[in-house]
Amino acid sequence: MAENLYQKIAVDGLWRNNTATVQLLGLCPLLACSGSVVNGLGLGLATTLALISSNAAVSLLRHQIPDTIRIPIFVMIIAAFVSCIELFMHAFTYQLYQILGIFIPLIVTNCALLGRAEAFASKNNTAAAAFDGLMIGVGFTLVLVFLGAMRELLGNGTLFANMHLLFGDMAKDWILTIPHYKKFLFFILPPGAFLCLGLIIAGKNIIDERLKSRNKQKNANVIGSKRVRTTGNIS
Amino acid sequence: MIAQSIRSSAITLGIFALIATGMVAGFHALTQQKILLSQQQSLTDSLNVLVTPSQYNNDLLHDTLAIQDHDLLHLEQPETAYRARKNGQAVAVIFPVIAPDGYSGKIRLLVAIYASGELAGVRVLAHKETPGLGDAIDINKSSWILDFNDKSLLSPTAEGWHVKKDNGAFDQFTGATITPRAVVKAIHNALLYFQAHQQTLFAPQVAAHE
Repeated sequence: MAENLYQKIAVDGLWRNNTATVQLLGLCPLLACSGSVVNGLGLGLATTLALISSNAAVSLLRHQIPDTIRIPIFVMIIAAFVSCIELFMHAFTYQLYQILGIFIPLIVTNCALLGRAEAFASKNNTAAAAFDGLMIGVGFTLVLVFLGAMRELLGNGTLFANMHLLFGDMAKDWILTIPHYKKFLFFILPPGAFLCLGLIIAGKNIIDERLKSRNKQKNANVIGSKRVRTTGNIS
Repeated sequence: MIAQSIRSSAITLGIFALIATGMVAGFHALTQQKILLSQQQSLTDSLNVLVTPSQYNNDLLHDTLAIQDHDLLHLEQPETAYRARKNGQAVAVIFPVIAPDGYSGKIRLLVAIYASGELAGVRVLAHKETPGLGDAIDINKSSWILDFNDKSLLSPTAEGWHVKKDNGAFDQFTGATITPRAVVKAIHNALLYFQAHQQTLFAPQVAAHE
């Protein structure tokens, strides 16, 4: 199956080369900010925005950036965009900013950003680079939200609590609660984050293996069907 | 040759640094006003939870007093006390208190006390207590902190200002006694401080230097 560039970028970012489950980059914010769906989504969106803008800027300036000092320049570009996003969140999502706190400025040190700038944005055109940023970011966000949902559900017995921090007052009653659920502290604490992420990675690997063996079977059938079987026992 | 390449690299890096700094500075200028507004709004909101807007009619955010007290409030640095008044009459004062002996470090509280000496309410501003156990002091986790509403130095009396385990009037949590013990003590101390400094706490702003 022939993949064009954008399809490949999308599949890579969302699944095949997912930052969180395959490359295992940016684990510190991933584990620290996934206690609930709203925290995960907030950090994921901020990271995505930073990825898109830094990827686009790096790609736009890729002919102006000398090879020898490209890393400090990449870091500077990323830091500038992250600072802007931090100011923006401080101004418009004040409470969420207070919750995520230090992890917003720490997006600068998320190696996923520098990695994409170096490996993709500095070698491709701006549209592709921005799209790559979007896909990597969405892939990261999906894992963050899934992890957040898992931990919130198992640890607190709720889902979508405090969504109004991100979506305003209309989201106040989005919260789903399991009645009479005894809280399971383990999942709220850091070890729960490690365990859940491990389960997610394991789940992804199982799905990958299933897909692989099914493809193999399909191919085998195709080869086999070319000839009619004439010998052996038919059971 | 090397010197030249170093120079050109340095200049390029400098230019990029200038652009990046300019961008952040521009964004800062754009959002500064809004950030200040959000901060004030958030502060007003947290104060209004304790003393409702209908109870006062002065400019709460600007009728302030710097307080500092080591023995009772454990405030090592000057902190702000907000005074609520209605038509010039003292209604309530809101000030921060630190409980120094939480299970894992200091617990910052905001205490509102009516001029009569009754508590208008208490909220936890910041804490590092164990999630799921000690963090029930947080209004988002449980309503425990509301037990302090309307309490004063007279009700309960000094012996009552403890958790039930210490023969006091306030509940502790299953698996966490140290946290509520620290909070009860800090709130009691805040009331004692209020009793001793009532005059200065409500003094008009001009004479606001202690």
